Amino acid sequence: MKFTVSTAPHIRGEYSTQRLMLMVITALMPCFAASIYLFGARAILVTAVAVVSCVVFELLAQKIAKRPLTINDLSAVVTGLILAMNLPVTAPWWLIVIGSAVAILLVKQLFGGIGCNFLNPALAARAVLLASWPARMTAFTLPSGFTADAISSATPLGGLEVTNMQLFLGNIPGSLGEVCKVAIIIGAIYLIATKVIDWEVPVAFLGAFMLFSWLFGVNPITAVLSGGVMFGAVFMATDYVTNPMTFVGKVIFGLACGLLVALLRSFSSMAEGVTYAILIMNIVTPLIDKAIRPKVYGEVKANA
Amino acid sequence: MQISFRGGVHPLHKIHEGKPLAKNARIEPVLPDSVVIPVGMHLGAPSTPCVKKGERVRTGQLIATPNGFLGLPVHASVSGIVTAVEPRQQLKAHPELCVCIDSDGQDEWVELTPVGTLETVTAQDIQNAVRSAGICGMGGASFPSAVKLAIPDGKKADIVIINGAECEPYLTCDHRVMVEEPERVVMGLRLLMKAANVIKGVIAVEDNKPECIESLRKAANGIEGVSVAALKTKYPQGGEKQLIQVITGRQIPQKKLPIDVGALVFNVQTAGAVSDAVLLGKPLVERVTTVTGAVNKPVNLRLRIGTKFADAIALAGGFKGEVKKLISGGPMTGFCCANDQVTVAKASGGILVFDEAMAKMDEEGPCIRCARCVSACPIGLQPFRIKFDVEQHDWDRAERDFAMDCIACGVCSYTCPANRHLTASIKVAKEMITAKQRRQK
Repeated sequence: MKFTVSTAPHIRGEYSTQRLMLMVITALMPCFAASIYLFGARAILVTAVAVVSCVVFELLAQKIAKRPLTINDLSAVVTGLILAMNLPVTAPWWLIVIGSAVAILLVKQLFGGIGCNFLNPALAARAVLLASWPARMTAFTLPSGFTADAISSATPLGGLEVTNMQLFLGNIPGSLGEVCKVAIIIGAIYLIATKVIDWEVPVAFLGAFMLFSWLFGVNPITAVLSGGVMFGAVFMATDYVTNPMTFVGKVIFGLACGLLVALLRSFSSMAEGVTYAILIMNIVTPLIDKAIRPKVYGEVKANA
Repeated sequence: MQISFRGGVHPLHKIHEGKPLAKNARIEPVLPDSVVIPVGMHLGAPSTPCVKKGERVRTGQLIATPNGFLGLPVHASVSGIVTAVEPRQQLKAHPELCVCIDSDGQDEWVELTPVGTLETVTAQDIQNAVRSAGICGMGGASFPSAVKLAIPDGKKADIVIINGAECEPYLTCDHRVMVEEPERVVMGLRLLMKAANVIKGVIAVEDNKPECIESLRKAANGIEGVSVAALKTKYPQGGEKQLIQVITGRQIPQKKLPIDVGALVFNVQTAGAVSDAVLLGKPLVERVTTVTGAVNKPVNLRLRIGTKFADAIALAGGFKGEVKKLISGGPMTGFCCANDQVTVAKASGGILVFDEAMAKMDEEGPCIRCARCVSACPIGLQPFRIKFDVEQHDWDRAERDFAMDCIACGVCSYTCPANRHLTASIKVAKEMITAKQRRQK
C-alpha cells in the first residue's frame, strides 16, 4: 500500500484566503444595506458596477499576464465593494469603471497581484478619482431612501449642521459606506471577534484621532462620527497587505494614521483627510516592518 | 495568572481536537508475531548489531551495542529467532540497519536484576541504569536521557520537568499513561530528581486533561518537592523551550541547552521507562502508542519496539475508508510513512491514519501578509519573511531572520490562510545554513 508523503504539519487552520475575504464581505453587508436604505436603489447599481468591473479587470489582467487565475479568492470582490462604499450615490458608471481599473490594474496587478500591492487598491482609486473629478466625487445627496428625489448637499465636514445622533445613524450626506456608523461598528465587532482583523489598527487609529482632534480644539465625538474616518479605520487601514506585520508596528501605524487625519482635517485645505493619511502610512509600512520585529525567544544580543 | 509563552494556537479546537477518539481507550498490551528493530532509533550514531541471523534471542537481550557519546544499546523486544540483520526502509530517507526477529510467542525474558530502590540507589547508579536500558526521549526527540543526566562541570540543574503536555492533536498515549500509571511516572520523576541532584520536580499537564492532573496529584500527594502544574491548553505547550519558560519563567538563550537555565525536561513515558530501568532492571523494549484517525477502533497500545505499523493498525480494527496518509507522530510535527511496513521506534507516540477528507490540503497561494504566522510563532520569528528568503535562495538573510531558532512546531503553516508551506521552507533554510556553516569551518 502506498500513501501520500508530505511535510509536517499535516493539518491546517480553519481560515483560507477565500474564507477571510468572504468574512470581510459579510462584514461590509451592514454598510451596504444601510447605503441602500439611506440613498435608495442606485446604491445597488453603484456597488454592482464596482464589484463586477473589479472582478473583470482582475480576470483580464491575469489572462493577459498569463498568471494563475485567482478570482476565486474573492479579493477583487472586496476591492470592488470597498471602492463602491467610497463613492457618492450619484457616481456615473464610467467613473466607477475607471476607479476599478486604477485599483485592480494599476495598483494591484501591475505590482504582482494579491499580496504585492503597496497601496490599498480601493483607496488609491478613490484618491485618483478625487483628484481627477473632485466635483463628481463630492456630489453628495441628502439621504432620501426610496421616497424622494435626491437633493445635492454639503457634507457635515463641509459645513452642514447636524446632530451627533444623525451622524451616528448615518442620516447625512456622504459616501455610500461611510455615513452609517452603526453599520460600521457592527462590521468591526464581527471582524475583530472572529479575528479576521486585529484590533490594534482601528483602536490606535481612532484613539489617536480623537485625542489629537481634541487637542486641536475639535469635539472628538463629532469628529470621529464625521466623514470616512471610522470606515477607513475599520475597513481600509486594516487591509492585510498594506499595514505592518507586527503588534508594535500595527500600533504605530494606527497612531500615525489617526494623527495624520487630525492634522489634515484641522490644518490643510481639505475637509477630509482619511484617504491621504492611510495612503501615506501604506507607503511608510515597509519601513515600519524593516525597523520593527518581534523579540526572538532567548535572544542573545550580537557582540554582547 | 500563569506566565504564558508568546503566540501558539489551539489546533482544530473548532472541529474537534482528535483526542476524544482514543482518550478513553485503556492501554492494551500487544505481543507481535515479528518485529523489525532499527539500531539507529536514538539521536546519536546507530548501534552495532551483536546478534546474527538464525540466533535465538530472549526479550530484553542486548542485540546492538552503542557507539560514541550519544550512542545507546538496543534490546530485543520479543523472544524468538533473528531472521535478518539488514537495511530496511523506515522513516528516514535511506534504508537503515534493522534487526528482524520472529517471535516464538513465549515472550521469554532475560533475567532482570533490579538496580535498587529510590532510597538505595546513587545518582550514578541511576544514570548508568538509564544508559544501559537504552532510554532516549520518548516524546519525539530521541535524545539519550543519560546524556541529559550527565550534567557538565560548572552547570547545575535546579528543576526536573516531566512533560505531560501532549499538545499534539489526536495523540492520547501520554494521557493514558498518566491516568493509568501515575505512580510509575511520579517514581520516574523522583529517580530523575535524585540523579540530577535537584529537590524540585514538576509534572506539567495541559488543563484539557483534568483526569490526568487528578490522578497525578493523588500519586504525588505528600511527596516533598513534587508538584503537578496545570497549563493552558495551547500548542506548542509541550515544546521544551515553551515548557521551561512557562514553568520557570526563564528563556533558554539562543544556541544554549535547557541545562544552561537549570532545567531538565523528560517525557512522561521516559520517566516511566526510567522507573522500570531502576526498580526492575528492565530495558526499554515497549512503549504506549496511540493508533487513531481513520481506523475502525482508535486505541492506545503498549507496543513492542519494532512492531510494524500494519500490525498495530490491524489491532485498531484496520483502516476506515479510503486511506490517504499514514503519519508517525502527531499531525503537527509527525512524519509521513510511504508504506505501512514502517516500525514503531522508541519515540513513536502515534500512528495516525488520515483518509481523503482529513488529508485534504489546498493549493499553496500567494502571501497576503495577514501576519497570522508572525503573531502565532512561539519563538517570535517572521515565518513569511524566511519563506521569501528561501524562495530567493538568500541563505544569509534567512540566517539574519533567525531561521536557526525555528523549533519546527508547524504553527505558521497551520495558521496560514494561503496554505503556504512555511515550516517546510524554514527547515530547508536551516539545512542550507548548517551546510554553509560546515563549509566555512
